[in-house]
Amino acid sequence: MFHIYCPYCAEYREEEEFHPKGQAHIARPADPTASSDDAWGDYLFFRDNPRGVHHELWVHAVGCRKFFNITRDTRSYAILETYRMGEQPGVTAESVTLAERDSERKTSDTATMQGVPS
Amino acid sequence: MPRFAYFDPHPARAVTTQSPLHQFAATASGGESSVVLRENAFLDHLILRGESEVLIASVQAVLGLALPTEPQRLVMGEAGSLQWLSPDEWLLIVAAGEGFRLQRELREALGSAHFSIVDVSGGQTLLELDGACAVDVLMKSTAYDVDPRAFPVGRGVTSVFAKATAVIRRVDEQRWELVIRRSFADYCLRWLLDAGEEYGIDYRPAELGATISRAAVVDTETMS
Amino acid sequence: MSASQPCRLASNSGVGSQIDRDKPLQFTFNGQTYQGFAGDTLASALLANGVDVVNRSFKYSRPRGVVAAGAEEPNAIVQLGASEAAQVPNVRATQQSLYDGLTARSTNGWPDAQRDMMGLVGKLGGPFMPVGFYYKTFKAPASMWLTYEKYIRKAAGLGRAPTESDPDIYDHINRHCEVLVIGSGPAGLMSALVAAGSGVRVILCDEQPTFGGSLLDSGETIDGMAASEWARNAVERLAAMDNVTLLPRTTANGYFDHNFVTLHERCTEHLGDTAPRVDGRRQPRSRLHRVRARHVVLASGAHERPLVYAGNDMPGNLVAGALSTYIRRYAVRPGRRLVLSTTNDHAYRAALDWHEAGGEVIAIADARANPDGELVDRAKAAGIRIMAGSAVIEATGDRKGHRVNGARIGAIDIEGFRVSGEVETLSCDTVATSGGYSPVVHLAAHTGVRPVWRDDILGFVPGQTTSKVDGFSVVGAAAGLYPTGALLEDAVAQVVRALESDGIDVESGKVPDIDTLREGAAVALYQIPHDRPTMRAPKQFVDLQNDVTAAAIELATREGFESIEHVKRYTAMGFGTDQGKLGNINGMAIAARCLGQTIPQTGTTVFRPNYTPVNFGAIVGRHCQALFDPERYTAMHHWHVEHGAMFEDVGQWKRPWYYPQKRRDSANGEFESMHEAVVRECRAVREKVGVLDASTLGKIDIQGPDAREFLGRIYTNGWEKLAVGKARYGLMCKDDGMVMDDGVTTCLADNHFLMTTTTGGAVAILEWLEIWHQTEWPELEVYFTSVTDHWATMTLTGPEARNLLAELTDIDLDRDSFKFMEWREGAVAGVPARVYRISFTGELSFEVNVQANYAMQVWEALFAHGEKYGLTPYGTETMHVLRAEKGFIIVGQDTDGSMTPEDLGMHWCVGYNKPYPWIGKRALTRSDTRREDRKQLVGLKPLDAGVVLEEGAQIVLDPRQAIPMRMVGHVTSSYYSPTLEHGFALAVVKGGHKRLGEKVYLPMPDGVTHVAEVVSSIFYDPKGQRQNI
Ligand SMILES: [Zn+2]
Repeated sequence: MFHIYCPYCAEYREEEEFHPKGQAHIARPADPTASSDDAWGDYLFFRDNPRGVHHELWVHAVGCRKFFNITRDTRSYAILETYRMGEQPGVTAESVTLAERDSERKTSDTATMQGVPS
Repeated sequence: MPRFAYFDPHPARAVTTQSPLHQFAATASGGESSVVLRENAFLDHLILRGESEVLIASVQAVLGLALPTEPQRLVMGEAGSLQWLSPDEWLLIVAAGEGFRLQRELREALGSAHFSIVDVSGGQTLLELDGACAVDVLMKSTAYDVDPRAFPVGRGVTSVFAKATAVIRRVDEQRWELVIRRSFADYCLRWLLDAGEEYGIDYRPAELGATISRAAVVDTETMS
Repeated sequence: MSASQPCRLASNSGVGSQIDRDKPLQFTFNGQTYQGFAGDTLASALLANGVDVVNRSFKYSRPRGVVAAGAEEPNAIVQLGASEAAQVPNVRATQQSLYDGLTARSTNGWPDAQRDMMGLVGKLGGPFMPVGFYYKTFKAPASMWLTYEKYIRKAAGLGRAPTESDPDIYDHINRHCEVLVIGSGPAGLMSALVAAGSGVRVILCDEQPTFGGSLLDSGETIDGMAASEWARNAVERLAAMDNVTLLPRTTANGYFDHNFVTLHERCTEHLGDTAPRVDGRRQPRSRLHRVRARHVVLASGAHERPLVYAGNDMPGNLVAGALSTYIRRYAVRPGRRLVLSTTNDHAYRAALDWHEAGGEVIAIADARANPDGELVDRAKAAGIRIMAGSAVIEATGDRKGHRVNGARIGAIDIEGFRVSGEVETLSCDTVATSGGYSPVVHLAAHTGVRPVWRDDILGFVPGQTTSKVDGFSVVGAAAGLYPTGALLEDAVAQVVRALESDGIDVESGKVPDIDTLREGAAVALYQIPHDRPTMRAPKQFVDLQNDVTAAAIELATREGFESIEHVKRYTAMGFGTDQGKLGNINGMAIAARCLGQTIPQTGTTVFRPNYTPVNFGAIVGRHCQALFDPERYTAMHHWHVEHGAMFEDVGQWKRPWYYPQKRRDSANGEFESMHEAVVRECRAVREKVGVLDASTLGKIDIQGPDAREFLGRIYTNGWEKLAVGKARYGLMCKDDGMVMDDGVTTCLADNHFLMTTTTGGAVAILEWLEIWHQTEWPELEVYFTSVTDHWATMTLTGPEARNLLAELTDIDLDRDSFKFMEWREGAVAGVPARVYRISFTGELSFEVNVQANYAMQVWEALFAHGEKYGLTPYGTETMHVLRAEKGFIIVGQDTDGSMTPEDLGMHWCVGYNKPYPWIGKRALTRSDTRREDRKQLVGLKPLDAGVVLEEGAQIVLDPRQAIPMRMVGHVTSSYYSPTLEHGFALAVVKGGHKRLGEKVYLPMPDGVTHVAEVVSSIFYDPKGQRQNI
């Protein structure tokens, strides 16, 4: 049961109020007739399934009925941010990888200090 | 060409009127009841949509209500109540028969701006809930945090209610309101009576035969 | 000790804090009546009465007794309930409060656990069921499983569900708090006190009826008072604060994403078989609290680990701490002569409590070479014999194995895993063991965090949860922190830190004073070596509930199972209701030893919710029977009920299906069959006039200057020329070109439209409009609002529809002034209405829409005037027949997400030349959607007029081909047409549009093959003249 911050209602709400709508930031080709069958097929059917940071489109279905984006870690299910339609994510796979490398260094230092086997 | 169609749903002369809960008779828990549930039926419910900057002045002028622009805010005044539903959507509840007149006045005040006003009076009804255990009954029914410490008077939210949905509002220290959809009303009321059983719950139905007269008899008014 | 409760200590013994000796209670176990006291658990009451055998084991049918005092109990699992309806299986006697009249039976064993007839079978079954039995049996002919399964289930009852319905009610409640504290031992109580002092909302739960946890029997002194007294004071202070919710008898069972925790409160299970009523009102038997917490403080404590030795499953073998619990809380000393085998100082408390309670402590076998600590000193001072460097290698029992009668104690070499010296046999009736403590990490593990082994405390602790879960702290013994003083200090610090991170000021206050005992270091020992090798020694049990032995684990590793998850599944270790709470660590240690690994290398298995079993009632709550799922009603619903309608579920809506009438020719007042009713309703519409409650159709009000443009993008057909006063049928596709919904949309004014959707599509279509508006075309000025429930809709249809409606309305209904696909506004039966002249039956139709509160005024007026026109209410079945005769599709029945408009023969509804690339257009030019052999909608006319094809029946071109036949399509809709007087169907057939006139075949499972002719999907009035009269 996720606890999701709706950027329009400006508060955390229970997952049961929301519907997930798949990967975020998939723009419909502006001129579909100019898009090849393959490109159109990619737009329709192909989605990322990353282990780690994923940007998703959700709707606050039982609530304000607004669509918005969630950046979520598919490993821990942690929601890293939510942001409105039209905005770009502040957290990305790259930024998280960098931060994790950083904190791993710190954690391994602490573990050694306390003599706790990891 | 007219931009919008007006429609006054109320008959010129009183006719049979049925609330969605008309078949529920008054019940009393027998013991000492700590929850009382009433239907406040036949009010006029309107959905206002538009950018808040577009609506705010006209709403103030016509309704005498300050359009709530903060999420989850409910304002109450003589004209009725006005609740934030989304950044561009509000629920206006006014006395029976007032909706059509106010809709006309709002549309006139708003002129050529982009907005929408929709009458939904037949589609929902209002339940009042009060008593010492009203909050407990709500806690059984919605995952939204209705603890009075977290839910001040003047807050209203749309959330999941049992397996249906409801608008939940706190109108004063003791009193709560639920706006429920007509088609789910039977289910919601049965749910509430069941959830309230352990505390003792009384149900008071809407008064029957409420006569709703038209504010103005206009069949098809158009506006260019 | 009283005669009736031989193991109950006398009232002047000064122990028994939980029981009320003034309130004796009667209870029945396996048909025998006993006495206990209010405050007892069923387990303490059974022990007080000297009941040794409480169960038979799962696989070998060995007699088993109580071994523990809490949720970790693997043996004392009972079937509760005096009446059939009140049966509850798999209740832990250690957690079931005693009440007057409680009736329980052993879960396993027939006729009872004492005189077990199945024992013989068990003895035979044991050798038949070696480790990995299930898997090995599956490898044998699979058909044998059925034989084996029956035999196993009978031998090893796992409790049984009641055959009558549960008279009790159950409840769910949602709670929110800033701090949820799980467990009310010293760390939990301290955490709750600190958090509550800051004013934030705190929930404290504990699975026991009394808060205090280990403080209730620790014998320590805190702030100058007995620990149990300090706990009572703390609870009183918390209870007085209105920001604190105290939940005793409440187990935290699942820890889900983002600090969502489910708590299972047993509200009235301690009061009787069924919940007592208050003022005649039912009270819930148990309640599931769904808690969303900002911070979760896990203070779940630790479970003592028993040692693994031969004969360790006989009644009279207990974990050491359970003795202290039974003596101090319940005044029960379950034996006379005790031998304790330990690896640590802490367990000495059990021997000291036993001694103080007048029992004889024969010896303490301490695995450490040089035991040294204050408790050791106290034991020595009490004159207790301490055997250093040794352990109980085997418990011996009486002939039937009903009770321990001795302990074989040997000097052991832990490193070498062997008995290193003489073995001495001591006579005793109780063997208590302690192999150390396992922090209760289950809930932490639910978050997906793997436990981490710590050599210094010889246990797994929650892994690095803080980095993974925001707002989660583990305090006290659950974090592997045991000395009371240190854990209180740590709990205070952690809670202060958590709240301060949220900017909440909190007074940490003074950490209570407590004397810390000097304890010697513990030694790592799990399985005690025997003087025979494990495979040949008497059985040494690791998982008592599943009868998993040390030898079984050794065998599993020898057979190549190296992953602990595989060992678990191969041996069934940790599979029972106790989920391996006592045995898992020992099992892992044995596997590690056999594999030559360390425990951290072997790792632990994953714990999943629920921590303890939760009854179905609590999971269901009040979402059952009439409240299982919402039933949605239209404004005319009660009229339909009163007029005998049978209902069809369409989503959550209840729609009238058909209205069976009393048969005219029947003397006994029999009702029509469905077929008869539908034939009558169809004829009424085709010949006179019928009325349908169509209120369930989705309705969406659309306003804004770009409303028309928006419709043009979302529908396949054109909307730019639709004039005010007109309506148009529209088809919607997904962007893959497949039909997703259809309906009639009306132009109310230039910027104002009313869209109708299918009944099932209402919610999804509104979301569909919003997603395109909000994510792709936010620049379009348009708003959508659902008005599905606002309007009640009545479809008057049939040749007499105009005549009937004319009696009730001021609207000019003349065929030339109010044309087909137009709408008008006026009063109907005195009620303002919008009337649409559209038709889904092919007949002249008027759809009357009024505000729903006035619907019954209009509906009743229709019937008041309708009799002379033969007005007949009809339901969805008749609607289906009539629309299918016209070839009108139902989205979701005649389509399945793989049908394009062209597949449906609806080219007329596709605007290829519209300027905007509307949703679905591009996909309709993909090579796949242009294929000529796509499945296409056609009509099927069975050659035998009496045949009604089965919906879903597969279609083949050559009935004589070999099976599997090549299937070219299937029937989507099929009915008997009273108008045509034969069966007919709609179907999808590969290349069907070019097969008109061909014969196709429908082979049925019963061997009959139907033959049908492919025909146009329009069976009736192909020119559409009837709607235009
Ligand atoms: Zn929202």
